[in-house]
Amino acid sequence: MTGPAPDAGPALTVDSLDVTYRVRGRDRQALRNVSFDVARTEAYGLVGESGSGKSTVALALTRYLPRNGRVSAGSIRINGQDPMRMSGAALRELRARTVSMVYQEPGKSLNPSIRVGRQVAEVYEIAGLDRGEATDRAAEMLARVQIPDPRRVMERYPHQLSGGMAQRVVIAMAIAADPSLLILDEPTTALDATVEAEVLDLIAGLRAELNTSLLFISHNLAVIAKMCDRVGVLYAGELVEEGPAGQIFAEPRHPYTVGLLRCIPRRGQRKDHGRLDSIPGFLPQPGHTLPGCIFTPRCPIAEDRCHAAPPPPYDVGPGRTSRCYRHEETAGLPRNTPVDVELRSGPQTDSEPIITFRAVSKTFVSRGESVQALRGVNLAVQRGETLGLVGESGSGKTTLARVLLGLTAPDPGGAIELNARPLGGEVTGRGREQLQAMQIVFQNPDSALNRRHTVRQLISRPLTKLAGLSGAALRERLTDLVRSVRLEDRHLALRPRQLSGGLKQRVAIARAFGGGPAVVVCDEPTSALDVSVQAAILNLLADLQAKEQVTYLFISHDLGLVRYLSDRIVVLYLGRVMEVGPAERVFSGPHHPYTEALLSAVPSIDGSQPTRIRLSGEIPSAAEPPGGCVFHTRCPRRLSSGICESTEPPLAEAEPGHLMSCHIPIDQLTNLQGVGPVS
Amino acid sequence: MTTEIMVAPVTDAAAADLPSWRLVLRRPAFIAGLVILLFWIVCALFGASFAPHSAYEQSLLATNQAPSSAHWFGTDQLGRDVFSRVLVGARSILLVAPLATLLGTVLGTALGLALGYLGGAVDAIVGRLVEAVLAVPAVIVAFLFIVAIGPSTLTEILVIGFIFTPLIARTVRSAVQVESHLDYLPAARLLGESRRRIMFAEILPNVMPTVLVEFTVRLGYAIFTVATLAFLGFGVDPSTPSWGSDIYANYGVIGAGYWWETLFPALAIASLIVAINLATDSIEKVLAG
Amino acid sequence: MTLYILRRLGLAVITLLVLSVIIFLAGQVVPGDPGRAILGPFASQSAVAALDHQLGADRPLITQYWSWISGAVHGDLGISYQYRTPVRPMLASALVNSAKLALFALILIIPLGILGGVIAALNAGRPVDRMISLTGLSAATVPEFVSGIVVIVIFADGLKLLPSSANAGPGATFPTQLRYLILPVIPLVFEFFGYIARMARAGTIEALESDYARTATLKGLPRRTVIFRHVLRNSLLPTIAVVATQIGYLIGGLVVVETLFTYHGVGLLIYNAAQQKDFPMLEAGVLTIGVIYLLATLLADLLSVWLNPRLRTGVTG
Repeated sequence: MTGPAPDAGPALTVDSLDVTYRVRGRDRQALRNVSFDVARTEAYGLVGESGSGKSTVALALTRYLPRNGRVSAGSIRINGQDPMRMSGAALRELRARTVSMVYQEPGKSLNPSIRVGRQVAEVYEIAGLDRGEATDRAAEMLARVQIPDPRRVMERYPHQLSGGMAQRVVIAMAIAADPSLLILDEPTTALDATVEAEVLDLIAGLRAELNTSLLFISHNLAVIAKMCDRVGVLYAGELVEEGPAGQIFAEPRHPYTVGLLRCIPRRGQRKDHGRLDSIPGFLPQPGHTLPGCIFTPRCPIAEDRCHAAPPPPYDVGPGRTSRCYRHEETAGLPRNTPVDVELRSGPQTDSEPIITFRAVSKTFVSRGESVQALRGVNLAVQRGETLGLVGESGSGKTTLARVLLGLTAPDPGGAIELNARPLGGEVTGRGREQLQAMQIVFQNPDSALNRRHTVRQLISRPLTKLAGLSGAALRERLTDLVRSVRLEDRHLALRPRQLSGGLKQRVAIARAFGGGPAVVVCDEPTSALDVSVQAAILNLLADLQAKEQVTYLFISHDLGLVRYLSDRIVVLYLGRVMEVGPAERVFSGPHHPYTEALLSAVPSIDGSQPTRIRLSGEIPSAAEPPGGCVFHTRCPRRLSSGICESTEPPLAEAEPGHLMSCHIPIDQLTNLQGVGPVS
Repeated sequence: MTTEIMVAPVTDAAAADLPSWRLVLRRPAFIAGLVILLFWIVCALFGASFAPHSAYEQSLLATNQAPSSAHWFGTDQLGRDVFSRVLVGARSILLVAPLATLLGTVLGTALGLALGYLGGAVDAIVGRLVEAVLAVPAVIVAFLFIVAIGPSTLTEILVIGFIFTPLIARTVRSAVQVESHLDYLPAARLLGESRRRIMFAEILPNVMPTVLVEFTVRLGYAIFTVATLAFLGFGVDPSTPSWGSDIYANYGVIGAGYWWETLFPALAIASLIVAINLATDSIEKVLAG
Repeated sequence: MTLYILRRLGLAVITLLVLSVIIFLAGQVVPGDPGRAILGPFASQSAVAALDHQLGADRPLITQYWSWISGAVHGDLGISYQYRTPVRPMLASALVNSAKLALFALILIIPLGILGGVIAALNAGRPVDRMISLTGLSAATVPEFVSGIVVIVIFADGLKLLPSSANAGPGATFPTQLRYLILPVIPLVFEFFGYIARMARAGTIEALESDYARTATLKGLPRRTVIFRHVLRNSLLPTIAVVATQIGYLIGGLVVVETLFTYHGVGLLIYNAAQQKDFPMLEAGVLTIGVIYLLATLLADLLSVWLNPRLRTGVTG
């Protein structure tokens, strides 16, 4: 079952590729003059934000562009063959034997009406095997991607599989044909951190076994750094820089790459140690062409020649190119945001907590099953602090926020206090003062802003409803608010549709701060935004906190951001609090075994990570949580005495200010996790 | 504090493209539909003034005459000029149908908003009512009630309007349920907005495109229903020119070979409906993007 | 799963009860006095009162409703005002006739509609698609009596090919009956083909543009296999529900066609009953139509659930 005999050339050659889409009667170029090679058995990473055209590359390679798209120039050669020039039969052969693809959303990529086993076996049937043989080989392949009990899983339908399992099935289908080139388009973006780590390890392992070349497409720089030998950076449809992964990330030679890397917290960077940088400006409109270098509107060192003509790919080192006239000067690239941060008043640890959760639980009932999203959460939030909420899916972090805000009522028996006074369970039961005190910034501004309202209406509403302002006072406050989120007056008349993602999120933030809240919940506020924009939003949030003296509940799956922004951290797992403590302590250790595993699962650009801790199995279903310590089924440090299976550990103070829910005493954890003594 | 973000050109693709109504006007299908519709509207308003003969005048000498230069569409059983009756007949349909549709749309939208947003018990109970009315074809429910109450223009408008209400409510309800998954609704609740305000100031503007399309679709259906009711003899006053009742009055003599008396009113109905369809189809296509 | 069936059944029963109340109100309450309605405005008050008493129209509304509905459940649908005979036998034979016509129509509509929709979807945006869509749309909203008349004028009176009445006469052979039903079926096909085609088209387009269709194509499967093995089974699922709704409407929608072609089916029966203010017949007829529609949609829901693995098995682990 091998593909056609590989010739000596590279697995993939893309040469001066142009791809154009026809939208509403006009041509828009999505890719411009893109050239790169992927050698045999090499893993090549294509990095880019939204609008970079990276998915278009994948579609073009497999000749699956939508009807209004076409390759307008250039060529592609996969294993020496050009898919654009192939007949139907030859193209099918290429797709079946030589190229395979793994997609972003595994659930949707599998046919919901056909059993999973049949879908995998189909690949073998295309290769000519009969049904029985194909089924057997499919079972073997599923075992190879580490699916337990393959025969049983084969009988299931896709909706019965978890995200991680579904992606393994897709991977199995992809490598079944032993392809020369495996294209992966954001394969783990939709997965939880620990599951993602497993899948990435699987891919790396398979790659070693099978000698397949990988084209790995992602916006996540850390994942690319972990998985790829060489990297190409895409910006607005052009490949601006290319080279070995380690070098690109350590010493980038294009202003865009430099800017991009500065947007991400590196090496445990925290907000008091220097601001994240951001890249000013916006992506060019799709279809707008510039006479010169495409990055000039946003480049801090752009000169006349940059505006005049696009730079050629300069040879910057062995196997490295950069499309920048000034590539030698990128090391000292001026920042967009000053590094220094003004001192601000930190969390007031000596005063009464602003919010207290007492034994808060929340159970959802659906189709006769009851799911406990939160169980017995006890937490105190200090005035003025940023409390980071961390956890994977099913952890309950979103539910906790919703219960706090009154969007859903907690189970009877639990209580939440605001300024030492009890909060009504639902929004309708709360007074204006309480509503005024707590607001939220949602993850997705497209969903959170009413698309039919103008920005003025959106920001003014809380001023009227919560702050009770009108007339001149309203206008004054409105102007003040608009300034503080760095919008302009002319944005007020616009609707969300006419704004970019970053601007929309600013409107959402202005709305949240309009009523003068004391607490703002930030629910993944930058997850829907590009990396280059997220830093600006985070910096804005930090500045507003200083100015308005608010307390933040910061929810995120991105541990780097959480570490950057938070004073204290809460780690949740299946609705229970596993650990609460100062950010540095929780991150560097000693920490809860789950936190340990979570941290080791997250790839980092800077390379060396703590030893990888593999968690076995999947996250248990919240409908049937394990007994005893809820983490015991996957805990690598489970005690042999059996206490972890039988008894749920209390959330106890392991050291001052640091609580953990674990049977293992903290000094033992310190030894096991290899953490040095506290300095 | 430095100004970090360069304020970019905010006018993006949305402004560079034409607003929806302009796009609609460019479509030939829409223009064709609009022209036909306008023609009939003009007939409804001023038909009597430019019709060649009176639509009411009977002539016992000239009954059942085939189309000729004197009577372009021939005459009916009572000697009335069919062409004139067709022209003037537009009025009764174009009076009842739009009003009934408007009534149904207004009530249906309000009901759909309530059912979709409030959900729960309200939805379950009222839902049964909606399902019950929808279990029987509109025409039958209509004549059931017209028989019960007695035929009149007002009755027809009210009955058809009330029958359309659950139909439209169902569509609006689905659209509202789609909206209810978006975050701007909890954001509004967190501001302390009342349920009524959320339904009408937050959700309604977003489902307006659906309401608009429903209105135009139901308008076609209303014309269909009014014509059918007239055909079945439940229309208003048979001396008033009305396409449906003219067909009702004259289809008995088709067998005798007098086809023009029913065919031309039938074609008039067909043309009006096709016109509305073309317009609706264009509007739908543009709103779908 | 069984829980779902029971729930669905329960809801259907409640809907039916609500419908029966509506019909009862329209039939007994709104028109007022049945005695007066039968005897006319010139009869004496005592005669009217006597007839009312005989008909049981002077009892409390609840009692009247109860006796009607319990009678209906047991099969007693009352006595027709116009014919003075029990309603049930007439309704039953009318139902059989309507069923024949409806079945004939469905045999044409369903395959044509689905085929038309799928072909339109496979050629989306091209002339074939525009043609099918526009034809379906136009044909659907032109009232049945309009297309019926056009068809009669052309084929029956003009070309004299087919009869303009649908009644083949007693004892007619099957082929003869069919011949008589051809013209009536045409407006029905026009009416319903478009909607089914539209649903099939929408479902197929969605399936064609889905991620799993992309996966199937990129596996190297030929287009035909992708369509038949992967796309169709997902695209036709929503169409089934629609077909059932249309079946329900078809029974009632026969009113116009049956009137036009003087075919003695349920539609004509209801129509005559309405004209003659024969409320027992009218109510029984409308109730029957409602029952058929609710049954059809119930079956369609169950079929959908059974065919859709997601709903059948539920989500596990």
